[in-house]
Amino acid sequence: MLGKIWSVLHKDLLIELRTKDSLNAMLFFGIVVLVVFNFALESVRETIRAAVPGVLWVSFAFSGTLGLNRMFASEKENSCLQGLLMLPVDRGIIYLGKTLAVTVFMLITEVVIFVFCLVFFNLEVWREIPYLAMVFVIGTLGFAAVGTLLAAVSVNTRMREVLLPLLLFPVVLPILVNAVEATHIILNSVEYGALRLPLTIMSVFTIVFGTLSYLLFDFVLED
Amino acid sequence: MNPEARRRLDTVLGALLAAAMLLALYMALLQAPRERTMGDLQRIFYFHVPAGITGLIAFAVNFFASLAYLIKKDRKWDGLALAAAEIGVVFLAIVLVTGPIWAKPVWLVWWTWSPRLTSALVLWLLYVAYLLVRNYVADPDRKAVAAAVFGVVAFVDAPIVWFSIRWWRDIHPSPMLESGALAPEMRPALWVCIGAFMLLFVYLMRRRVSLETARRDVEELHSRADLGQ
Amino acid sequence: MIQVQGLTKRFGRFSALRNLQLEVGRGQFVALFGRNGAGKTTLLRIVAGLSRPSAGTVVIHDPQPLPPQAARGSMGYLSHNTALYLDLTALENLRFYARLLDMPCQEDDLLRETDRVGLAGREYEPVRNFSRGMQQRLAIARAFLHDPGILLLDEPFTGLDQGGAEFLKNYLAAAHAKGKTCLMAVHDVALGYGLADRLVVIEKGVVALDAPRHSMSLSDFQRHYQAISRER
Repeated sequence: MLGKIWSVLHKDLLIELRTKDSLNAMLFFGIVVLVVFNFALESVRETIRAAVPGVLWVSFAFSGTLGLNRMFASEKENSCLQGLLMLPVDRGIIYLGKTLAVTVFMLITEVVIFVFCLVFFNLEVWREIPYLAMVFVIGTLGFAAVGTLLAAVSVNTRMREVLLPLLLFPVVLPILVNAVEATHIILNSVEYGALRLPLTIMSVFTIVFGTLSYLLFDFVLED
Repeated sequence: MNPEARRRLDTVLGALLAAAMLLALYMALLQAPRERTMGDLQRIFYFHVPAGITGLIAFAVNFFASLAYLIKKDRKWDGLALAAAEIGVVFLAIVLVTGPIWAKPVWLVWWTWSPRLTSALVLWLLYVAYLLVRNYVADPDRKAVAAAVFGVVAFVDAPIVWFSIRWWRDIHPSPMLESGALAPEMRPALWVCIGAFMLLFVYLMRRRVSLETARRDVEELHSRADLGQ
Repeated sequence: MIQVQGLTKRFGRFSALRNLQLEVGRGQFVALFGRNGAGKTTLLRIVAGLSRPSAGTVVIHDPQPLPPQAARGSMGYLSHNTALYLDLTALENLRFYARLLDMPCQEDDLLRETDRVGLAGREYEPVRNFSRGMQQRLAIARAFLHDPGILLLDEPFTGLDQGGAEFLKNYLAAAHAKGKTCLMAVHDVALGYGLADRLVVIEKGVVALDAPRHSMSLSDFQRHYQAISRER
């Protein structure tokens, strides 16, 4: 079963490596959001370091939504989804493969956006990187876990890409709240003990929604 | 239940509801004692809280009906889920509107990002999103499935949202407090209002579900006519 | 063997299939004819397990009776959409499907498949560069990679040039000779007549005509077919 999940993941990575469609769009959009925030937060420039966690995760969420939309739009081309559905594999495997693919794309995007953020807002973070990595990974996994399910729901509706943010953002709020807090704790304070609670909530969210989406995915794909 | 008996039950329910609402109005506006600090404004509380409780019950109904639909694929569960979501959205809207009306004179702000109000807002957004999903899928069967999936997701999400916001507020405390304890003299009024709102919920659910059933019956007749050709 | 009983599919108020009955015996080649919107695609999709019926059942005898979803391993579905990833090469497309089908996926095994459908020399090119005919050939390799006993085809000749159509015709004739069960929706009457041993016309969601091929000549069949299509 792991081999098949890897096959699905590998296929999406391979396509992305060739075309770089999704990554380009996600990166570009994420950086544009950073720039917009720079202007939006001009009046609080002295305390901008405090705003960085929020800015980062908003940027991640927006570019992540782009990536999620692309994930299923590419399967609609040529009815590739039909080919996938004819395979005698558990549909949950398609879900897991795609969720991991989105997570990988988002993580790549997040690293680049983060680097730009450091440059734009003149920050220095070295010690904090392992902790930030943990928060980014868990937060992104949670986002992708429920995002993949909802992207599959939206792509079959009249509104397609437009519906996904409307569905996703209210649901994924716990991830955003906790991720922003956790990032803030890492960047702006010294007692990392406080990280335990947000990381726990994010992990619970990821496990709960990963399992739920895996179970519900079957219903979403059938006609 | 045959249509005759159903109509009779609805009439009785309607009469009971009217009486309960009148009683609730009396209890909330007249019988209940005047609050020490906020005065008569506090009486909004007797509608704000029951609306919130009923809204939550509505969403629980939506969750179970959505699950039932996914398992049984019987459209009557979908009708129940839709009715519950619509009514829940309305009741939560009442909560979101009465909240600021209460807050403004007391704390001089329209909106307090208090855990209860913020969670209510997010919950409201989740179920508006549920209604949007229904709006954007044309085929009735696929609409029911998509909505049911989202209904389950939304309900599972709700406690995590609540918990996250509570914790966030603990870290970033605000000077505005939500009134917690309730004086014993006020309890009868609150219970009557809760009872009245529950009756309202049941009444509205019955009417909405019967409308949805009628719609399905029309659809069924159309397809049967279509098949007959 | 495919058993379709009382099959109804509604889309809102419109019924694409109305109480349709059909039985396809093992090794039979059934050509499905019918106007656009008659219900051929809907029927094929439900038999393939891609769509759920509003009422009725489909049973695939594999040999034991199974619902379509459980019998995916014994079925191959080919429509005029190729279900190919345009940015991957022919070989990469096949490897992906081979892995998920638990079929041999070494380079040599896959090259054999591409050879079989006449794509020798183009295996390492992205599918985007292929002509419609070549894409359909690859789609054939993809859809029937696991050598299923039942072939479901929805207007597979659409957009094929002479060479591509010849190839597909020969491929299907060979499959039929090997004993595969085939259910194919097709527009070209002569083409369908030539390949099938049973002719079925679907009109307004029901079977309007179901006859063995040897019971009527091509011109007879064309007359019947036109008569059915003209009826409102």
